[in-house]
Amino acid sequence: MDVGRLFAIAIGAILINNFVLKRFLGLCPFLGVSKQLDSALGMGFAVIFVMTMASIVTFGIYHYVLVPYHIEYLRTIAFILVIATLVQFVEMVIEKTSPGLYRSLGIYLPLITTNCAVLGVAVLNIDKTYSFVETLVHGFSAGIGFTVALLLMAGIRERLELADIPESLRGVPIAFIVAGLMSIAFLGFAGLAAE
Amino acid sequence: MSAAGEFTKGFIKQNPVFRIVLGLCPTLAVTTSLKNGIGMGLAATFVLVGSNVIVSLIRKAVPSRIRIPCYIVVIASFVTVVDLVMAAYTPQLHKNLGIFIPLIVVNCIILGRAEAFASKNSVGMSFLDGLGMGLGFTFALAITASVREIIGTGKIWDLVVLGTKYNPVLLAVLSPGAFITLGLLIGLFNLFEVRKEK
Repeated sequence: MDVGRLFAIAIGAILINNFVLKRFLGLCPFLGVSKQLDSALGMGFAVIFVMTMASIVTFGIYHYVLVPYHIEYLRTIAFILVIATLVQFVEMVIEKTSPGLYRSLGIYLPLITTNCAVLGVAVLNIDKTYSFVETLVHGFSAGIGFTVALLLMAGIRERLELADIPESLRGVPIAFIVAGLMSIAFLGFAGLAAE
Repeated sequence: MSAAGEFTKGFIKQNPVFRIVLGLCPTLAVTTSLKNGIGMGLAATFVLVGSNVIVSLIRKAVPSRIRIPCYIVVIASFVTVVDLVMAAYTPQLHKNLGIFIPLIVVNCIILGRAEAFASKNSVGMSFLDGLGMGLGFTFALAITASVREIIGTGKIWDLVVLGTKYNPVLLAVLSPGAFITLGLLIGLFNLFEVRKEK
């Protein structure tokens, strides 16, 4: 096991190719749930959890079901159904086993099905031909990267509420411009680790 | 609303990107050049028209409790068709758009139109709605892509527009440029809307 490579994958997914700021995945929740720090944190944890689970499950589906039967072209259909089912299942399990966690994550879980970052991480894992452990690390750190971007954005937007912004730029447009400035900052991480 | 109204509403009044603010991920990711933007827009339009027609056809047969999974399967099938066709006939474009082709399946515009329009309206109307919304999406991608390509490279569709002395602002085709360009464009659309109301 090459620990250095795993580390490079993790740094790559969190900082260099940050899912939100570089790969443009998961923008709807990024803009929708970044108005307050509390809800951003809840959404972030839900996404980390689902992304890791989805990476594991889609790895199994692809390599043990689709490849042996030579139906790799059904990838998109298989993955989206598996992810939708997985989210539903996770929701039920959390509701039964830990009501506290369910109350804090509950409302965000259904939203995650249509989060393109989850399907995106599953497709990327396959495209990059990652092994199982690499898939696991990539899924988990992609979730961390999403959460980092979401929390930074939520912190800035809480302050934006007080700022004097031209009427037509209020809301989504100014959020995009802020994201653009954050993305410039994240460009500084390019070249930190070879992918 | 009339048939013509269903078709044209997607362009400006209910433009999916600029007015309803849906389908943002591909709008930002593939608009580095006009070619990529239009390619993505047309692929999404095909999926949108196909899924709207099928969803409208099966709208009475599908029980409402399991409608969302059914719609997703319909959409995913069309996305697979587009994916395979593009890989065969336009390999370069397919490579440029990368994972954003399979990701058309989670584009909120498509499921949104299936749920909000096609599940309640006739086949013909759903076809027009899908075509109009899809072309509106393509239009939004084309505008964003043109702005970024002209500022970022000084060219558009391989045609030099800003002269050879122009020093390209590379930032516009990198990821920050996508966010800032789209933010300003949405702001511009809002500005027109505010003026109209006054």
